[in-house]
Amino acid sequence: MTDHATGKVFAVDDLKAWYGESQALHGMNFDLGEGELVTLIGRNGAGKTTTLRSIMGIVKNRTGSIRFNGEDLINKRTFQIARAGIAYCPEERDIFSALTVSENLSLPPVLRPGGISDKDLLAQFPNLERRKGSMGTKLSGGEQQMLAIARILRTGSRFLLLDEPSEGLAPVVVKEIGQQLLKLKALGYTILLVEQNLRFAKSVADRHVLVENGRVVDVMTTDALEADMARVKSYLGV
Amino acid sequence: MFDGISTQLLFSQLLIGLINGSFYAMLSMGLAIIFGLMNVVNFAHGAQYMLGAFVTWLLLDALGIPYWGALFIAPVVVAAFGLITERIVLKPLQDMDHLYSLLATYAVALIVEGLVRQQYGSTGLPYSTPIPGGINLGFMYLPWYRLWVVLFSLMVCVATWVLMEYTKLGAYLRAATEKPDIVESFGINVPRMITLTYAFGVGLAGLSGVLAAPVYQVSPSMGSTLMITIFAVVVIGGMGSIMGAVLTGYLLGIVEGLTKVFYPEAANMVIFVIMILALIFRPNGLFSGKERSL
Repeated sequence: MTDHATGKVFAVDDLKAWYGESQALHGMNFDLGEGELVTLIGRNGAGKTTTLRSIMGIVKNRTGSIRFNGEDLINKRTFQIARAGIAYCPEERDIFSALTVSENLSLPPVLRPGGISDKDLLAQFPNLERRKGSMGTKLSGGEQQMLAIARILRTGSRFLLLDEPSEGLAPVVVKEIGQQLLKLKALGYTILLVEQNLRFAKSVADRHVLVENGRVVDVMTTDALEADMARVKSYLGV
Repeated sequence: MFDGISTQLLFSQLLIGLINGSFYAMLSMGLAIIFGLMNVVNFAHGAQYMLGAFVTWLLLDALGIPYWGALFIAPVVVAAFGLITERIVLKPLQDMDHLYSLLATYAVALIVEGLVRQQYGSTGLPYSTPIPGGINLGFMYLPWYRLWVVLFSLMVCVATWVLMEYTKLGAYLRAATEKPDIVESFGINVPRMITLTYAFGVGLAGLSGVLAAPVYQVSPSMGSTLMITIFAVVVIGGMGSIMGAVLTGYLLGIVEGLTKVFYPEAANMVIFVIMILALIFRPNGLFSGKERSL
């Protein structure tokens, strides 16, 4: 269900967030249409991860508005936000060391119809099938990333927040993750992706939200980004 | 068997050790579950155990409800007390240093103990055994009730361990122990899970209290004296490890019993000597790494 006034499924308006006394977000504004894949791009410490954690309610000290399917989530708890249909894959992957691959995969409950079954997930991520009896943290970085993405797909949530899935992975694994994201996009998933790897971001996303010092400084389509790389690189500091 | 030591003494002390071990195991298991999920050392555990015994006594004294009824009712009453404690005392402190929660549980222990003492006095109240009699095994006399305590507590420990290790609920608990934010981001109501887990751990203390009522005198200080040993058990077994807590509980009960036979003077301190050795040589606990920790 999209917001009829804006045609957007998800919109963040004047989102501010604090860690203790220190303000990390200074009024973020951006939105996503249904089925869109949008990246948050910016240098380290710009506030990308904090934006995702604030959307999920993990950073609790936040103000502004987070509208999803017409509902404001700013006063909701993390588990209620998840139940509203948003799934989160953290930067650290956060695979549980006390659980096997199978247990990690089947841990998130099915929250709504339309989730991918465990059988289909294992078919989609064959490496996990081979290692399903191993303890979660015994997997390679790439396998852990696949597991972190796969497990949130079983919940039935159609809006995914992915925090730097390409980080620290070999190019061949990054390419595979890119293919998986494109597959999900083709299936109609809406995806907000935090990314520092520009090449990877350009290969998968429709639009890019450039973040600096906890604010959105620009929103560009992939074509516009290609055309003005010098500006983007100045934001990224590369 | 051994020079100067009768078989009867040896086995009767072994049985006492096993009985004490049953209480050590059940109490330290509850403590380990609570610590595993909340990182809070529940100093009120002894008071909650005492409350279990007192509720058992009160149910009989005031309402005429016998032991077998109390076995179900008292743990639920004590768990409800735990639930209220968590909501009123621990929840407001959850984002602060865990030391505050520890001190708060200690305050709860002192308040509960003080109130019971004021109402019923310090003297122990007797509670007659629900299964009188026993069996003469030739080398020793085994009272039925003590056999029941050992078997029932063993059953509770195994059931709890299976619940934690092999069920979906157990997987949620183990996962929330590691990364509560992430488990909550899956749509699981972690705050409620924490409340219920605390209530469950407290309920286990209450259940131990019910079992203890006919064995020991029901008195306000019965929990606080036992708790020092229980903390030692948890430290030796490994903080937050259920299997470690249970095995160490039985093991130390038996070691204590055997020490009473062979060197009675050391019986009261043997557990603490083991604790010091464990802290020096295996600071993570004797059973750390042997199981998937909670």
